[in-house]
Amino acid sequence: MEIKAAQVDYIYRNESRKVFATLVRLLGDFDLAEEAMHDAFAVAVEHWADHGVPNNPVAWLVSTARFKAVDTIRRRRRFNDLQGEIAGRVAEIEAANDSLAEQDIKDDRLRLIFTCCHPAIDPKVQVPLTLREVCGMTTEEIAHAFLIPPTTMAQRIVRGKTKIRDARVPYSIPSLTELPDRLAPVLSVIYLIFNEGYSASSGQSLTRTELSDEAIRLARLLLDLSPHPEVAGLLALMLLHESRRKARSTADGDLILLEDQDRSLWDQTLIAEGKDLVERSLRTRRIGKYTIQAAISAVHADAKQPAQTDWRQIVAFYDVLLRIEPSPVVELNRAVAVAMCEGAESGLSIVDQILASGELQSYYLAHSARGEFLRRLNRHGESLAAFEQALSLANQEPEQRFLRNKIDSIRSLEQQEHNR
Amino acid sequence: MMKYMLLVYGDENCWNEDERKECMLESMTIADELTRQGKLIAAEPLHSVTTATSIRVRSGQTQMTDGPFAETTEQLGGYYVIDVDHLDEAIEIASRLPPAKLGTIEIRPLFPKPDAAG
Repeated sequence: MEIKAAQVDYIYRNESRKVFATLVRLLGDFDLAEEAMHDAFAVAVEHWADHGVPNNPVAWLVSTARFKAVDTIRRRRRFNDLQGEIAGRVAEIEAANDSLAEQDIKDDRLRLIFTCCHPAIDPKVQVPLTLREVCGMTTEEIAHAFLIPPTTMAQRIVRGKTKIRDARVPYSIPSLTELPDRLAPVLSVIYLIFNEGYSASSGQSLTRTELSDEAIRLARLLLDLSPHPEVAGLLALMLLHESRRKARSTADGDLILLEDQDRSLWDQTLIAEGKDLVERSLRTRRIGKYTIQAAISAVHADAKQPAQTDWRQIVAFYDVLLRIEPSPVVELNRAVAVAMCEGAESGLSIVDQILASGELQSYYLAHSARGEFLRRLNRHGESLAAFEQALSLANQEPEQRFLRNKIDSIRSLEQQEHNR
Repeated sequence: MMKYMLLVYGDENCWNEDERKECMLESMTIADELTRQGKLIAAEPLHSVTTATSIRVRSGQTQMTDGPFAETTEQLGGYYVIDVDHLDEAIEIASRLPPAKLGTIEIRPLFPKPDAAG
């Protein structure tokens, strides 16, 4: 009996989101699906103890949950005639009873991702909704990870669920012609989830790591179901970033720049998988922004020492990236790579052009890069001014510490020169 | 099936007479097609907001103002009520309406009436 309960527990942890996704499609209602799923698991605990775990527990649970949902709808209907419209679906649900295909269950999670990331839903709502409904994280966990009060987070999730239900956002995988447009918000949500877990060093580090793991899990699921080159590119990009997690900050949470990282700490298994995906994606010749960024990351991963980095290759990838998605941030990153090939003077002139065009003036990294180029050119006074401007624009505690250290070291350089 | 109202907003003064006629003809073609498919419940263009009258009843008193509910840069210029499967179909239809290129189409699901259901 106890062993059976443990088995139900195990199935709950690993399969409940599949059951839920299928129920959402069949019932067209998040709350009804959630309730029916829990009812089905409650039945499973007793039933499986007497009869053993069925061969296909997911199908059994979906089936049982559907009957439970039909009961719930009938009960609600008696109390409230407004629910009549939902009751009209009872027949549909019963008709679907026999046609539960394995492939459909697999696709249901993908349908749910596309629903939660539908462009008709506010991007602020897409991220928590995906974490809640597709990944099964609790509202409290999501609120905690994003440093937002749980009530605010709960409101956003309810808003998303209400929109999906009342505006009838469909549960469907977009057709091939729509796919590129519809894939973009899905990939961006997954990357946002990853970055929230990767870049910010504030907040609870444990929950943050979970966010990155969830993003990688979602990308794997998406790749399994839709082998679009950009899905492979995004997964590769995240794996390559993730491979450096141990090397990118000190025990105190201070940032360590790529060039100063202990490269023996990089996770070679993740790097190998990431590089394999990048190569596969590049071969399709339908190259998108995630694949290119992953390719750049892979060039860094190839260098055993910073000095061995193939900066010409990186500049070439940035040129492609600028053609696909022109942006001043990409231009800035390209400037850093150009400076590594041709010297700080070239990098400085690109950054000055960007700033002169009115872009990135309040972006701390632009001023920080400028300060670094000036430092390398031994123009210490101007370098100090640039780093101080960067410091006034940086928001995160570790970034500010990093910039203060830079400023201190340039000041002491200046002092030494003065004394000489 | 699901009913949606498509509210057509745009700057009334950004069309010249030829464009307005062109837009009207194109819209009527789309409306005819939707009627044949059984997806159109109603569709009408509206007169300019300069003809609008707004009414409020407060403490039994009817207050009347000459003009629209709110002064905005884009005004309600017409509407469609359609009956389709889901939001994606409504989005597809709304995207084809000529005013979508100059103004905004707001898609609103209709609230099901209690006695009309089940």
